[in-house]
Order: sequence, then C-alpha cells, then structure tokens
Amino acid sequence: MRITGAQAVMKSLEALGVDTVFGYPGGAILPAYDPMIEAGFEHVLVRHEQGAVHMAEGYAQATGRVGVCIVTSGPAATNLVTGLADALMDSVPVLAITGQVATTAIGSDAFQEADVTGITMPITKHNELVYSAERVPEAIKEAFHVARSGRPGPVLVDIPKDVLNDTMEWAWNDDVDLPGYRPTVRGHGKMIREAIDLVAAAERPVIYAGGGLARAGAGDELRAFAERLQLPVVTTLMARGVFPETHELAVGMPGMHGHYAAVKAFQESDLLITLGARFDDRVTGKLDDFAPHARVVHVDVDPAEIGKNRAVDVPIVGDVKVVLGQILKVLDDKDAKGTLAALTPDTADWRRRIAELKRDHPLRVDQPETGVLKPQTAITGIYQEWGDDAVYVAGVGQHQMWAAQLIPYTRARQWINSGGLGTMGFAVPAAIGAKAGVGRDTPVVAIDGDGCFQMTFQELATAVQHDIPVTFCVINNGYLGMVRQWQHLFYDDRLSHVALPQDLPDLMKLADAYGIPGFRVEAVEDLATTLTKAHAITDQPVLVELRVDPDEMVFPMIPSGASNDEILETADEWHARVAAQQA
Amino acid sequence: MSDRHILSVLVENRPGVLTRIAGMFARRNYNIHSLAVGPTDDLKISRLTIVVGAEAVQLEQIIKQLNKLVHVLKILELEESEAVEREMQLVKVTAPASTRSQIIEIAEVFRAKIVDVDHDSITIEAAGNPGKLEALLDLLEPYGIREMVRSGTIALSRGTRAITDGSKFRMRRVV
Ligand SMILES: Cc1ncc(C[n+]2csc(CCOP(=O)(O)OP(=O)(O)O)c2C)c(N)n1
Ligand SMILES: [Mg+2]
Repeated sequence: MRITGAQAVMKSLEALGVDTVFGYPGGAILPAYDPMIEAGFEHVLVRHEQGAVHMAEGYAQATGRVGVCIVTSGPAATNLVTGLADALMDSVPVLAITGQVATTAIGSDAFQEADVTGITMPITKHNELVYSAERVPEAIKEAFHVARSGRPGPVLVDIPKDVLNDTMEWAWNDDVDLPGYRPTVRGHGKMIREAIDLVAAAERPVIYAGGGLARAGAGDELRAFAERLQLPVVTTLMARGVFPETHELAVGMPGMHGHYAAVKAFQESDLLITLGARFDDRVTGKLDDFAPHARVVHVDVDPAEIGKNRAVDVPIVGDVKVVLGQILKVLDDKDAKGTLAALTPDTADWRRRIAELKRDHPLRVDQPETGVLKPQTAITGIYQEWGDDAVYVAGVGQHQMWAAQLIPYTRARQWINSGGLGTMGFAVPAAIGAKAGVGRDTPVVAIDGDGCFQMTFQELATAVQHDIPVTFCVINNGYLGMVRQWQHLFYDDRLSHVALPQDLPDLMKLADAYGIPGFRVEAVEDLATTLTKAHAITDQPVLVELRVDPDEMVFPMIPSGASNDEILETADEWHARVAAQQA
Repeated sequence: MSDRHILSVLVENRPGVLTRIAGMFARRNYNIHSLAVGPTDDLKISRLTIVVGAEAVQLEQIIKQLNKLVHVLKILELEESEAVEREMQLVKVTAPASTRSQIIEIAEVFRAKIVDVDHDSITIEAAGNPGKLEALLDLLEPYGIREMVRSGTIALSRGTRAITDGSKFRMRRVV
C-alpha cells in the first residue's frame, strides 16, 4: 500500500498505541494535519507549543506511557525547547514531532527554518532529521523505543515537508534494532549479593529513593524490600509517593527544603541504598560533606549516573524494578531456608533515632485561627479536600516545596513537578496533560504560584475547549516568593523586582473570561468550605485563588552550597548565624 | 601526560554524529586534545580516535556519556604502551640552496618524505607519534617554518586484538 509520509506518521502513532497527541499546526507540518482528521487518536489543540510539550510530560508522568506532541517548524519547534530540556532532566518519556522546511530548502535560511536537531541535540535523549518518507515509520518507532526504554527521556523527530508529502510503501513491524542502544535491564548477580551483604552489615542504613523508581513503576518492590529488612526510606522530590509518606519507615524528603529528619538521616547514615537517584546538588548540598559516614550502593539504569557525583562501593546497572525483584528473590530464597535473619540488619536503634528526629523536628506553621491564610495551611487544606485519590501537579517556587513537604503522598505518579530544570509555567499544561491521561475518575489538582500561573495560563482555553476538568489552585502571595525568600535571607532583604500585584490580573475575572467557575479564599475560616464548593465541580475546569500571607518562607532550608549539617529550621537561626559571623 | 587517554570509537555513519560527540564534550566541559575520524572497511561505520585529557573519574564519565549516544557502537580505551599511534604532519620549510641539503638530511633521519619542492621551500610529510613529530619540528624550526598542518592522532592496539572482538556486530565490507 502506497501512502504519504504524513499518513505514515499517523499510522505509526496508531501502531504504537498512542491515544492522545498535544499539538499546534503550521506551514511545514500541514501535510500531517490533513490525515490527522481521520487518525485514531485524539489531538489536543494547545495555545502555545510550550504547553504541548509540558502536556506531553504531564501525560507521561501520570500514566507511565510516552507523551506525544506535534508542532510545526521554526518558532514552533523552538517553543519546545524548555519542555524538552525539562523532560531530559526529569527522565520523562516524550516524543516530539516537528515539521521542517523541505529537504531542498534546508540550509538556505528558508521561511520558518531552524536547525531543530542541532538546537535540541543537548536537550534530548536522541533526535533525528528524517530524510525520506520510507524512513518515517522506523524513525518514529525507534524514537518511541528510545524515549521509553532505559532511562526515559525526550526524543525529537524532525520531518521535512517534502518527506511528509512523498509517498512510500507502508510496512510495519514491532522490532527495533539499534546496535548502539542496548540498555542493561538486569543487575549483575555478584553486585547484587555484595549489596545485600553491605545492607546486612549496616547499622544505620537508609534507602535513598529517587525518581527512577517512579519511572520504573517500582513502588511495590520498594515497599517489599524496605519492609522485609526494616529499612528507613527517604524519598526525593522526584520520588514523592513512591513510598507511602504515611508508612512508619518513611523518613521524608531530603535536600535544600527537605524534612529535617531526612536530611539528618543521610548525614548520620552508614549506608545509602541509592535507588534511581542521582546525588543532585539540591539533595547533597556541599558534596564533600554529604552523608560523610556512608558507604554507597547505587542502582541506576543509566551507568553514567553511577559514580558521577559520589564515589560508589557497590554499583548496579539495571532497571531498578528488575534489580529490586532480583534482590527480593535472593531474600525469599534465604527466607525459605530460614536464614534470612543473617541478612537482616538490626535497625531498631536507628529507627528509634529517626523517629526521635521526626518527633523533635516537625514542620511548623503559625496559623492564626481567623484572618490571614498561611500558604502552608492552604496547601494542607487542598490535600484535606481532595485527599489520596487526586494527582497533584506543582509549579516551581515556594508553593512547590510546601506541596512536596506537606502532602503525604501514598503512590507513585500522584505527584508531578518539574524537579531538575525547575520550570516555572509547568503546572498548568502538565496538569492538563495528566488529566488527559488519567481520565474522568481521577481528579487532577494543580498547585501553582501566581508567578508560574501567569507564564502559561493561556492553556486554560485548551482545558475548556477539550473539556479537560482540572482544578487549578493558585497560591497567590503577590510575589515571586522563592526569589523574594533568597533576597530576604541572602541579600539583606533588598527586594529587587519580585513583586507581582495580587490583583493583576483579577483571577476571578479571568475565570469569568474563560467561562469557568472561580473561587477566591482570603481568610483561613473560609478555606474548607470554599474548597469543598470547588471540589463539587468535577465536570469542568475550575480556578481557585488562595490569597496567602506573602511573608511566609520555606523551611527547613540549607543555604545553597552549604553543608547539609547547616540546615536551618527558622529564619531567626539564619539571622543569628549571620550576626554571629559579623560580630 | 598521565591524564592523556586515547579512545577509539566506532560510530554509525549518520549525519550529525560528529556534532553529537563534539557537542557532548563541549557541553560537559571535557577536554579534547585531538579528534580524527574516517571510514572503516564497513561503509556504515566510521571510526574516531579521540585523545582526551582527563583524570580517572572524568575519563569514566566521558566513556559513559559517549556510550549514551545512540549512534555510538563501541568504545575502547587504548593504553598508550599497547597501541600504535600515528599523526600525519606536513611542514613547509624555507629552503634556499644554502640550507636545502641539510633539511633533506634531517627529513631522511626521520624517515620523512619530501612531497613538494619549490625554489625557496620544501614541503615535508612525516608520520609518527606526537613526540617524533615535535622533535622534527624542533630541528626544522631554525630554517624557518613557513606553514605546517598536523592531523589528529589515529591509533590501533598492538597484537591481534581488534575493537570488534566480542561485539554483537561485525564489520562488513560493503562496497
Ligand atoms: C522559567 C523560570 N524563570 C525563572 C525562574 C526562577 N524562579 C524560581 S522560583 C521563582 C518564583 C516563582 O514565583 P511564584 O510562581 O509566584 O511561586 P512562589 O515562590 O511565590 O510560591 C522564580 C522567578 C524559574 N525557576 N523558571
Ligand atoms: Mg508567588
């Protein structure tokens, strides 16, 4: 059967089981938009291409499937840059298809030409400029495969207009043969035994659970492993929910704004069992001082992460779900022989110590009973209203950190945020993409900042037009709060260009303009009832504005570049430290 | 020179593959001393010789990051002591009649070839390891070097061992 390259794009996506594509048409991609009318998947028309790629990310993070976006050449393709970089940092499987000027025009500075494979080379896992219609199915299939296998990531396929228009003989098979790309899945047996021995000998072991566990869908295996050997679990920003925060072995979040007990658990630990995590600087603080007494087991599907930032005692390359399965198998075998006890470290004292740390260093907020609403209270209130069923999607800033600290996530994919790149504007489109992925029955709640929201709120129209009922909560503190916090602490409260008038725009009028219900909370006593009203609306997007105290700061905090030992629980501690240094 | 390492890299012969490699080095702030690329006996595969400056931990990262590139097929580190290394150098030396025979003599000692002669100059082609080519340049310097060019290092391991040993793919000669 002879079909066009454009038709081959549609058929390839169908063959890969794609059900939703986020996109925006234009000149070079026009040939693909014609057969799309009959295609067997839904197309969500966004309002900005950045929205398309963040939606694909949200879809992918919520479902575990590849998120797909499709846009035209030049400015449309360059509008993807932020989202692709974001997806690379957070290992999100995304397929981006971009139109390109005709092969005959490439290199001539033609209208809407940009060197998109060149521009995106450092921010994609892989990309390809497709030179012939015959190559289309292979290119898309390979891209899909690379995006979702190994360490997931974004892959871009750039297709010139003449290639879309040319005809080819359609053929499809599911095999992928990439001789230079063969991710290791199973861990090395000897390394696995060494890891088990290290755990057995440890006195203060901690599981350092990273986003790789979420990507691998390894929550059950993690839980079985932790429970079997009674190992405390610290979950990173990217891994929130992978291990239930309500579990007695859960220690909390590490890092710059992590829970005190989690930060200290790392510092006092003698063994980090690192699973799909990457010793990011926001977690380690000053690297030389990070977990100074700990030996390290590191499991990662990306060998380049192992030993990159921290020297490792036992490296295990493999899919963390498979590797945990292998470890559990060894433990099961020992259990059957009645010799599991020899492999079980005695962590009772250590767990008691962590329980003390948790008890003595809780998160604190001074919420008056009436009047001013604290942002922390607002976020806890959102959780109390929507509960454990909802997926929560955050922007970037103070509200993100509070949403990560305060909500006790209980399952992977329940928490979606931009961790590695810290992309403001992520929440609105990512929440729309997530909702498109999870469907009617699972509520999706965006917890956004007033600054972030204004970067991408044009996608409200997308949610309305395509009937994607997300609840958008804006934590309106009238500031770029996180930046203000740094200016307050580290620049002597000299605030420089961080104020965003709380009424600009008037979010209730904005909701009105988009034809959706809008709710505003200004006082703590109205919080619960208003949220309940907003929650009652499940068949259309809703905008909830929470006007909060602008002066709140996120604590604990480890100043950038400082050792984790220098963790601060209040601003007063910092001011006292500065005063002492000056004296 | 202990930070000097020679990497031999087989890559799929695809558009942009050099950019990917060079870009990765630049983006991650790795130091390339030289890079040479050319075809192999399999038209679909090119071979690069990359000489890098890196201490052990960074070298490991370089190899791992290279391996992540989808079009990179195989990477072998060639130990300096167990590899044959060559660079190619062309030098145009000022050579009036008065010094010409001395220059030719120097070239002969280095088993270099005279590849072009004009009234006032001689062009010498020399191949060898970097040390030898440096030595040749030192000796030619006093006569006046008008211009010179040198290729990156290419290298193969000594003995029967080959980069394709133990690989799932074989080089196939497709002409
Ligand atoms: C695209 C982008 N630009 C700038 C920043 C730097 N930045 C980090 S947090 C932040 C403030 C976010 O403000 P808001 O959305 O109101 O959240 P808040 O901190 O007030 O909760 C800024 C400007 C960023 N992360 N991303
Ligand atoms: Mg704000």
